[in-house]
Parts: sequence; C-alpha cells; structure tokens
Amino acid sequence: MQLTPEEQAMYDGKHGIAIEKSMEILVALGDIYGAENMVDITSAQISGVSYKTIGEAGLEYLDELAASGVKVKVPSTLNPAGIDLERWEDLKFSKQFAEKQNKIIAAYQKMGISTTCTCTPYLVGNVPIMGSHIAWSESSAVCYANSVLGARTNREGGPGALAAAICGKTAAYGYHLDEGRKAKYVFELEIPLKGVDYGALGYIVGKIVGGGVPYFKLKNIPSINELKSLGAALASSGAVALYHVEGVTPEYEEALKSEDMELIERISVTEDDVMDARKKLSTTAQKPDLICIGCPHASLDEIEKIAEKISGRKLSTPFWVCTSIPVKAAADRMGYTKTIENAGGKLICDTCMVVSPIEDLGFKVIGVDSAKAANYVPTMCGLDVVYDEFEDLIE
Amino acid sequence: MEKIIKCRRISKGHVQGPVLLTKDALSFLGGVNPETGVITDSNNELYGKKISGKILVIPSGKGSTVGSYIIYQMFKNNTAPLGLVALEAEPIIATGAIMAGIPMVDQPQDPLYDILTDGDMIDLDADNGLLKIEK
Repeated sequence: MQLTPEEQAMYDGKHGIAIEKSMEILVALGDIYGAENMVDITSAQISGVSYKTIGEAGLEYLDELAASGVKVKVPSTLNPAGIDLERWEDLKFSKQFAEKQNKIIAAYQKMGISTTCTCTPYLVGNVPIMGSHIAWSESSAVCYANSVLGARTNREGGPGALAAAICGKTAAYGYHLDEGRKAKYVFELEIPLKGVDYGALGYIVGKIVGGGVPYFKLKNIPSINELKSLGAALASSGAVALYHVEGVTPEYEEALKSEDMELIERISVTEDDVMDARKKLSTTAQKPDLICIGCPHASLDEIEKIAEKISGRKLSTPFWVCTSIPVKAAADRMGYTKTIENAGGKLICDTCMVVSPIEDLGFKVIGVDSAKAANYVPTMCGLDVVYDEFEDLIE
Repeated sequence: MEKIIKCRRISKGHVQGPVLLTKDALSFLGGVNPETGVITDSNNELYGKKISGKILVIPSGKGSTVGSYIIYQMFKNNTAPLGLVALEAEPIIATGAIMAGIPMVDQPQDPLYDILTDGDMIDLDADNGLLKIEK
C-alpha cells in the first residue's frame, strides 16, 4: 500500500503505540484486500460491545487501549451492549454481567466514543452523507449506510472499525470503490410485499448472493423501516453490505451500468418463495413466552404504531420493544412509552434479544418480527423463535 | 545451509523458534483453549497439541471476529504462539496478531509444507518479510 508521509509516521509509531497498532491493523487489512491507499473517513460505528460476545478477552484489550489515553478522530457511535445500562436490575440481568458490561462501556467512553449503544446509529445523529467514506461494523447498519444513504463502508470487524476511528482513516477497497458497488444479481418480485415479507425476502436473497450485491425490482415502494428490515436480513443470512432498489435507493441507476450484462444473474421471487421463507424462519409452532420487537432498534414511528395497536389492552405475554436511548427519550415525551407500559410492555434501551444473555432469564420461545433476530436467536441464545407480524404475535 | 523465503509482512516483529504446521484453517474462537494454548477443535489435525511458544504455520484463519480478542488474551496468558505464518492471511488472525504484537507474515514464496517439518527452528523476521531456515 502507498502511505502518505502522515500515515507512514502513524505506522512507524511517531504518534504513540495505540495509533501505531491501529495503523498496522488498517495496513494489514488493506494488504489482505488489495487496497492501494487509505481514505479519510467521516464517521465510525463500532461493534464488539456486549460482554456476551467479546468476553474477558475483549474487555482486557479495550481497557488497556483506553488506558493509553487514545481518542477517536471522527464522530463514532457504539453498537448495542448486553443489557439495558440503566434498568438491568428490573429486567433481572445478573450483577456480575452488568459490572463487566459497564467496564466495557467505560473503556469506549474514555476513547471518546458516543455510548448510544444502538445498531441504528443513523437514527441517532450518525448520518453520513452520500459518497462519504466511513468505517462501520454493525452489519445491518453497514447495509443501511451503503444502500439507503449512499455512504461507503465495508463490513468492518469491531477491532478494524475501532482502528479506523482512532486513525480517522480506512483502507480503500471493496465498497469504497465504484466498481465494488455494481449489482451482480437482479431479483424481480412477482407480488407486492409488506411488513415481515421484507425480512423473508432478505433471508432468501442473502442465502443466494452471499457477499454479492443484489438489485431489486419491487412491485411497491418500501418504507424506510422496511428497508431497515430488508438490509438486516440480507446482512445476516448472507454477507450483503449493499443492495439497490430500482427507483428507490440513491445509486440504483449506476448499479447496472456494467460492461457485461450477460454476467448478471436474473432471478424471480414468487409468492410461494416468500411464504416458504416466512415459515422457515420460525423454529417452532409453540406460543412465545416473550415477544421482542426492535431488531434493528425500533424507530420512533415504529414505536408509535406499536403504541397505537396496544393502547388500552392488557398483554398476556411479556412484551419488549428494543430501541436506543435518544429514541426512547422522544417516545417518553410523545407518551408512547406510557401507553406501552400500561399495556404491560417495556421499552428496553441499549441492547436487544440477540446480544443480551436472554437465555439466562428463563425464556424458551421468543416471538420476533425480525428475520435477523430469527436467524441469530436460535444459534446465539439457543432458544426457539416464532417469526410473524407483531400484531399476530400479540394475539 | 541457510534458506531464505520471502513473505509479506502482516504484523511487525522478529522472533526465532520451533515451527508447528497444520494444513487446516484455524479458528481461535472455539478452536483453541486460551488458558492452556491447546487446540480444542477436533477437526483440526493439531487437536490436543499446544501452540504456545511455537511459530505456527497455517493455511488461513476462519470463524468469528471475536477470535482476534482471543489471540490477544492468549498473549496476556503467556499461551500465545510466538509467531504466525499463513499462506493467505485473513482479517481475524491478522488483526489479532497485531493487537497482541505477535509477528506474522503471509504469502511465502516457496512451498512451506514441503520444506518444513514440525520442530524445525526458524527465524521469522516479519519486519523485513523474511523466513530464515537452517537446513
């Protein structure tokens, strides 16, 4: 890789060991993926937060890095943690876990990273503009940033995104380059979609394309929330970092301008395909003993819709809505939190059903409206899932 | 006679030690016990063997990104390999090696699996991307 004199000085340790190590990571990644140079980034999103996923090893590394006094160079936000950082006791999470989790959060905070703890940084002010280079490491947020916002990021790992945030740079390869953003597959829908159909579509397509770029011809215009669900599903069943939707996402016109249209695979998606995927995403026909919505974290208008639906009711099953603390603050002010709590539900911040030790709380079957959660909960938590619209889950 | 093999630098450093080879890709998360340095993945040909203090030759890495932190933890526990040589580095082990300060190279220009046998003493000069073998 070609480094500028400034980058070379960082690599050679002229700015301290933390920056040296971070630059070494970026150069190694650049070499592995064939990058020719670095680019400046405007924001970072850092995963590797829950104690459940990174464990003692991650905690030790972050502690030591934070103790060096290093700070991030660009606005950076943090992925969800393993617990609601304020109400973990109410939710019966263990004190031991909470103590470890708080140490991880404190280390990130010391490095100047915003401890918003959400997988939807784009809903809480980390909103990169079209064409800007960023280093994000939450797969669903990567998909949203590339596809819906038109910013440019690879699927960074946690340590890679942190290194990029510390240096304010990342290696220019993959989705940072124009050629990495072209579609390789066209999926044509035979039917209009709504709600959990989008997650089902993402689940099907992710399995087919793996790390490729799909281009969708849909029968109807998806909402922002539906795009969020589609991207999360694509990024979890496959390794999709970018998709295009004809007439909707900002780069769709460039996506098929390829030299060789013969190489583009065309696949039609039928009603049966979607219904079949919806069924496959459930692992049991049993009734859920917890309904958990908000994967990725719920937006304010999703919370509004939930509040409208359950207003005045008494839910028979525990009901959680996961979101970020800024969105909850708005929901509190709008009265949605109160409405949901009056119906017996809870608004949970900072965490979700995938990264929290939910399996330790005695639940066996989780009802979700997220294909990403349906994909990960059985393996990461060892629990069964039911995948359906939240309206149907609460009946 | 000394043989010198050119490689690509991945993680800085320079060490000498005995080599340990595997032709199976390695995951540090779930594949190695970080307390003991012993391979716990029964599908790996090094199952039951200790990688601590060895210059480990692997085709590549695999598995979860948490693997990077595990390599760092092994370094803290004094159970980490002394050095790493991969045919093709991938991000998880490369990042972990740098975090832990373990010298690492990849893309050796000669067929290492034909040249080396377990226990051979080698000099891994990752700073200059060189492997030196006394043969």
